[in-house]
Parts: sequence; structure tokens; C-alpha cells
Amino acid sequence: MIDRDTVLHVARLARLELSDGEVERMVGELGGVLEHIETIAQLDLEEVAPTSHVVEVGNALRDDEPRESLPREQVLAAAPAVADDGFAVPSPQA
Amino acid sequence: MSGLLDLTASQAAAAITSGEADPGELFECYRERAAADPLNAYTWVADQAPAPAEQPLGGVPLAVKDLFCTAGVPSQSGSRILEGYRPPYTATVVERLARAGAPLLGKTNQDEFAMGSSNENSAFGPVLNPWDRARVPGGSSGGSAAAVAAGLAPWAIGTDTGGSIRQPAALCGIVGLKPTYGAVSRYGMIAFASSLDQAGPLTRDVSDAALLLRHMVGERDPLDATSVDFPGPIATPSRTDLAGIRLGVPSELTGEGIEPGVISAFQATLELARELGATVESCALPHAPHALAAYYVLAPAECSSNLARFDGVRYGYRADAGDLLTMYERTRHDGFGVEVRRRVMLGTYVLSSGYYDAYYGRAQRVRTKIADDFAAAFSRFDFVVMPTSPCVAFELGAKLADPYAMYLNDFLSVPASLAGIPAMSIPNGLASPPDGGTPLPVGFQLAGPAFSESRMLDTAFALEQALGFDGRAVRV
Repeated sequence: MIDRDTVLHVARLARLELSDGEVERMVGELGGVLEHIETIAQLDLEEVAPTSHVVEVGNALRDDEPRESLPREQVLAAAPAVADDGFAVPSPQA
Repeated sequence: MSGLLDLTASQAAAAITSGEADPGELFECYRERAAADPLNAYTWVADQAPAPAEQPLGGVPLAVKDLFCTAGVPSQSGSRILEGYRPPYTATVVERLARAGAPLLGKTNQDEFAMGSSNENSAFGPVLNPWDRARVPGGSSGGSAAAVAAGLAPWAIGTDTGGSIRQPAALCGIVGLKPTYGAVSRYGMIAFASSLDQAGPLTRDVSDAALLLRHMVGERDPLDATSVDFPGPIATPSRTDLAGIRLGVPSELTGEGIEPGVISAFQATLELARELGATVESCALPHAPHALAAYYVLAPAECSSNLARFDGVRYGYRADAGDLLTMYERTRHDGFGVEVRRRVMLGTYVLSSGYYDAYYGRAQRVRTKIADDFAAAFSRFDFVVMPTSPCVAFELGAKLADPYAMYLNDFLSVPASLAGIPAMSIPNGLASPPDGGTPLPVGFQLAGPAFSESRMLDTAFALEQALGFDGRAVRV
């Protein structure tokens, strides 16, 4: 069942900061939603294949030919911080 | 030309082609209306009409849900985390429609990343329902639906993951169609749940939906590996009776949990269908009651994966933080709204080590059973019919406290989404909400086999003519 530690663990996996109040709220809300979701545990699905794709399609292959990509400056224009023609981020060790 | 607003999009396109209407004047008429939008339906409006050209859609302007990327034009998917983002490229479907003569009029408000059934989860604030501004327009394509209903756009496109075209269409009294999965390219649509997301038309009437959809489908898009060649063009609907049409009514989706007013309107429409010559019989979709649970595993799972790309590095909002991990975590906390955070958490949980089989694996098996149920129904019936939404438009704020109460709005629309089949909603009357008050629009939903869009539109057209729904009151 969902408890505080589970929420904190999942939040870390999801790279999501949560305040103490938000953690508490999430415990209750996720628990409530999962209770409804767990009804599918009662179904007998032993012999059923999981859906992988809803319409039948073959492999979508294309020739492996180099194509032009978006210009670097256009892509970098949307970034919050740029340095040396690349995306700038804070140091992992700061 | 006066009366431009009274023309449907198809009529306007025809009037332009025959020289009776001027495309520049039409664009300006709608541009002015969109710019003065009293419903918070738009997030951005074009400032001038494109140069006129001879195209099949005549230049009838199009409102486009915010989540479609449009080069140089704000595209935020209703989220703060994409604040200020102007993509360097345009979604295939928007480009196809512009080439066919439906140029971009504006971008429309939506629930953040298309997660919601009320349009209240938007960084731009809620959209108001033109039938009653104290009520929600539905979601997530609420801006597109409200804009079309109120005559702030001739037509619009939105996306449907679990009902996000059909439900707001129902709540606003317009037509909305979710095509077969793969029929419309998803390239340039900011993804929510990739195995379910599908773009489609929101229009004043069935003929407009057919015309717009004709130019959305076609050859598969090399930029979307899941897109398919659509078999044949979408036909112009013309049926006036329903002789030979077999409609199946699933008991699981036409009883419990639906407002009495919605049920009465549904029963009256079934009676009308019989009068038009259709056979109407009950059918079974035994796994449909489990669709909502499966959907709320699969959609959050896919969303948690898709939304991993929003990390403050390449675009949009970044929170101040000293180190990289804190920057990621704070950016995602501050940039995502409450519902998106909840779904990212839910999706991450169901995919996390030790839980995958119990949730995701089982949900994908339930999905197979739901598709099998529909396949069995289509061996006896042309279409399965049910209400689109269990309720008429509810008051702003009414369902925000309980996430599952909001999710329950989707229980009639998610089964077709999980099966990947086409489904559409047409307005079939007005009904008072359970607490009394002004009557509000109700939607009638048809679901058909994959690629049955032309027949479905034809069937819907016959019903529409007989229903005679009049939405003019809210186009003021």
C-alpha cells in the first residue's frame, strides 16, 4: 500500500520535488485512485495476450540516409541556458 | 458580407469557392471575435490573414489546440513548464490543413498536457462553457470546443486520449470525432499517452467534421511510424435514413452512473433511430466496466515516460537551483500543475520495479479483452452507441477535490480509446443538470470498427438531420 516512504521513493524516480504537505496529500490521493484501479486484479487474465498495438501495422522502415536536422542555433534558442554551442546545466556536484 | 457567422465551415468554404464570400473578410471576422474571446478559449490569436490561394478548404480559418507544435507560435500544451516555447517546426496535421486551405486562426486553451476532463488544469486558467459561464466546457480540448460552440472559430482540431475531443464536444453542444488510432499523424503533437493520443475535428456539424477529417487523414506520415495509409477518402455524408443500420446498445455503458437527463435524451435518440429505420438491440461489452481502471494505469504510465523530457534543459521553464538534481526536481515541481504531478507519480509507481506486472501488464491484458468485446459486437452491429459523457457540464470547481470523481467523467469514452477504434459525439438535445437549472447540451456517441469513419459520419448525419439540434443561442 502507498505510504510516505513509497511516495518519496517514487517522487525521486520521477525527479519531482514535493513539499511535506504535498507528500501527505499524495499518499491519500494515490491510495484512493489505486484502490479503484486494483479491481482489475480480480479478473482472470491468465490466457490473455497483452495488447502491444491496437491496429495491425508492419514495421515502419525507411532508408538509412542522412538528412538535414534543425539548425543548431534554432534549437538552442529555446533553451533556458546555453554555453559553448550546447545546453548549459548546473554542476551535478555543486 | 453579413451573416458570415451563420455559415458552417463547409458552407463558408463553398461560398468562397463560388466567389460569394471573401476569405480575407471571413478570416478577419473570426480573428476579431477570437481576439475579443470572453471564454478564455484562446491562448494566442493570429494577427493577420495569410495570402489567399486556391485550396479545397477555401481559407476557412482553423483553431488549433495548444499542444500542436506550430513554428514560431507559442505551443505550451497548457503548461507552465513550456513557458515561452515557440517550436522550430509545425505538426504534420496542422501543416496538411494549412496546405488544404484551413490556415491557423489561433491556439486554444486545454487541460495541461491534455490531462483533465474540465479544462481547469490549465496554466492559462479555466475555459468557460458558452452555455453557462459558471460551468466547465469539458476537457481536455475545452478551448477548441468552446470556441466552435460560441462562434469564435469556424472549426477546430483537438486531441483525444480517453475522450478529450468527444466529451468537451458533448458538453458544448458540438460535433467531435476521434479517428482510428494511426489515421492522423501524431508528429508535432506534444505527447501525453502515445498509444492512445489521436487528433480529430471539433465542428459545428457532421458535414464540417467530414470535410475537415478528409484533409487530416491520407497517406501515412514518414515522421510518425505509427501512422497508417487511410483506406479511401472520407465521403461527404448524405444519408437521410438509417435503413439497414444495426445499432448495439451496451448495457454496461447505458445504465448506472449516468444522469437521468442524459439517459432520457439517449433513449429518445434511440427511438428516433428506430423511426429512421435502424435496428436497435442490446449488446454486451463485458469488460467495459474495467476500462477506466485499465486506462488510469496505461495513460499515466505512458505520460510519466513522455513527460520525462521536461527537465529544464532544452526548452521552457527552469527553476533556480545550485545542483543538477535539485534543478530537475524543482523545475518539474514548479513547472507541472497538480494533476500532471499526480499522474506522473501514478505512472511512475505502476511502472516501478515489482509493480509492473500487477498494474501495467494486467492493464494491457484488459485492453485486449476490451478490443475483443468490441470485435464481437461488430460482428452483429454496425455501431455501438452510448452517451458520450455521464453528465452535462458541471460547475467550475465541483470535481476538483476528488481526483477519481473527475476520472469517472471518462468511463463512457475510454473503452473506444483503449480499442483504438473511431468514435464520435453529436449533440442530441438538452438536459437539466440534477440540481436543476438551465438545460445544457448532451452528447450521443457512436463507436465503430477501425476505419469506419465515412459510414459513421453518414449515420451521424442522418441522425443530426432528424434531431435538428440548434446551437445558435450561444453564438453571440
